[in-house]
Amino acid sequence: MSTRTQLIAAGFAAGILALIAAPDADAQTKAKSVPKTAWGDPDIAGVYAEFTTAPLERPAELGDREFYASQAEWQKYAEKRLNEVNEDVETVPGTQADVHYNMGTFKLSENEGTTSVNMRTSIVTQPKNGRIPPLTAAAVARRDAAAAARKGHEFDGPENRSLTERCVVWPSTLPPILPRGYNSNLQIFQSPGYVIIQGEMGDPRMIPTDGRARPKDNLPQWNGTSIGRWEGDTFVVETAGFNRETAWRNSTENLRVTERIKRIDDKSLEYSFTVVDPDTWAEPWSGVYPLTRMDGLLFEYACTEGNYGMANILAGERKAERDAAAHKTAAPAK
Amino acid sequence: MKIVTVAAALLFTLPVAAGPLTQVPKAADGHPDLSGVWQALNTAHWNLEPHTSAYPVVIELGAQFAVPPGLGVVDGGTIPYLPAARAERDKHFANRLADDPEGKCYLGGVPRSTYMPYPFQIFQNKRDVIIVYQYATGFRRIFVDGKDEAPLNAWMGWSNAHWEGDTFVVEVTGLNGQTWLDRAGNYFSDNAKVVERYTPIGPNHMRYEATIEDPTVFSRPWTIRMPLYRVVDDNYRMLEFKCEPFAEEKIYGHLRKPVPPASGGAK
Repeated sequence: MSTRTQLIAAGFAAGILALIAAPDADAQTKAKSVPKTAWGDPDIAGVYAEFTTAPLERPAELGDREFYASQAEWQKYAEKRLNEVNEDVETVPGTQADVHYNMGTFKLSENEGTTSVNMRTSIVTQPKNGRIPPLTAAAVARRDAAAAARKGHEFDGPENRSLTERCVVWPSTLPPILPRGYNSNLQIFQSPGYVIIQGEMGDPRMIPTDGRARPKDNLPQWNGTSIGRWEGDTFVVETAGFNRETAWRNSTENLRVTERIKRIDDKSLEYSFTVVDPDTWAEPWSGVYPLTRMDGLLFEYACTEGNYGMANILAGERKAERDAAAHKTAAPAK
Repeated sequence: MKIVTVAAALLFTLPVAAGPLTQVPKAADGHPDLSGVWQALNTAHWNLEPHTSAYPVVIELGAQFAVPPGLGVVDGGTIPYLPAARAERDKHFANRLADDPEGKCYLGGVPRSTYMPYPFQIFQNKRDVIIVYQYATGFRRIFVDGKDEAPLNAWMGWSNAHWEGDTFVVEVTGLNGQTWLDRAGNYFSDNAKVVERYTPIGPNHMRYEATIEDPTVFSRPWTIRMPLYRVVDDNYRMLEFKCEPFAEEKIYGHLRKPVPPASGGAK
């Protein structure tokens, strides 16, 4: 067990004690008044870490069980997961994993000190099995057609690479926001009539809260268009109007996302979401996880300005093609 | 008595009637409220210095993309470059098609982002002022009464601000020196310090000034001035201008897989 995991386990033990001491903690939180901004909205501003011990989808063997039954069970799953993310893993030379970031080597595990302890067995809460519903036949057909068109052309030009490699969008910073392997942080600002949510690697979403209606034009945007409102102490955001190319998890431009953000205590927010796109999933699906307040600031990400990776990927492939051609020409002489 | 009442009412109503043209909206803390969508309306993005109209950088683009003329926004007309720095600026101009960071969708930096031909939106609370620029989705967090320094240089720099009466004064340091100031190749280095001053002069207008100090490039500090205009269009919202895809051919085009010569075509 790494030192880090021990710290988290200690935190977990303390959390369990707190739960035993205050079984009605939820009611107590509700009774306490939520701090407000100068203009009266609930105050949810701050810098938050998204990473949590709960995986996105529940291991199948846990069935419909939303929470771990014991600390031992939590440890079995959560520690395994932390090790998957953080520890040095032997990779096979020549595979993509081999040339991608090694979390241990780059000390990303130390950098990402904030991981919330989560009793949940998965972020996904709906459907009941905690797993994303299977893609519809139409969505499978779309995915396969795109993959077939790409096959053999993966390195032809920048457009053939992923949106993240192209510095266009990082899908997990879009609504719905999901934890990712690194830079899994976001910041929230508030001003009268607006809430701004910005993922560390994402674009700032300027979400109006003045009661305006969803724009009728529905002009497609990479990040969709978000409209917010306060329902009591909960900030509710509805997002639609995605760019077809955004294609988050094979979804279409009809994807609709509802997010709910509420303050749990001075250290955390609860983030929950529901995703609807009948062309992609036969049923809506939902999830929930905590956002944990951090002391630090987020720094400018400036992706495209330093995107040496794209140039190197394409240049490497061109060299491989030239080498292969030279080999073919040279072969008959052998 | 009735006449006195009417006169008193006039005294109170007249300034209010004049209000919409001159009144500066105030935030809850009493400072001017700068929030909203703003845009410059000049040719500073082409050239900060006075300039006549000119051919487009790609001649095939024709009159549609020719350079419009402008009186310039620099106090005293020209930028006080040191001789070697002026030569560097001229080199930038000659190579602007390839080298202008705007063509590559790189963040605009400060002050260039302010007067690029795109709107920007200001969000204000007592502690932070946030500016989101439509161009390349530039983002600045401005620390009101902030005292910290940049941990390292960045494209949009590090901004600490304070209020001087109705003027919002922003000191920008930690700039990385890789940005340009306009499409004519004007520039500064990573030694630059920029002091911006935003002064509302009515509900829909601000004066914008930026004083640039960089002893490695300029013989003295110099200042640009221009008005900023509030975008007052009905139902306006700032749409995305994600320009990364538009710049891919320019940046990576030479690394594309070569298209094999067509076989069996007309000879």
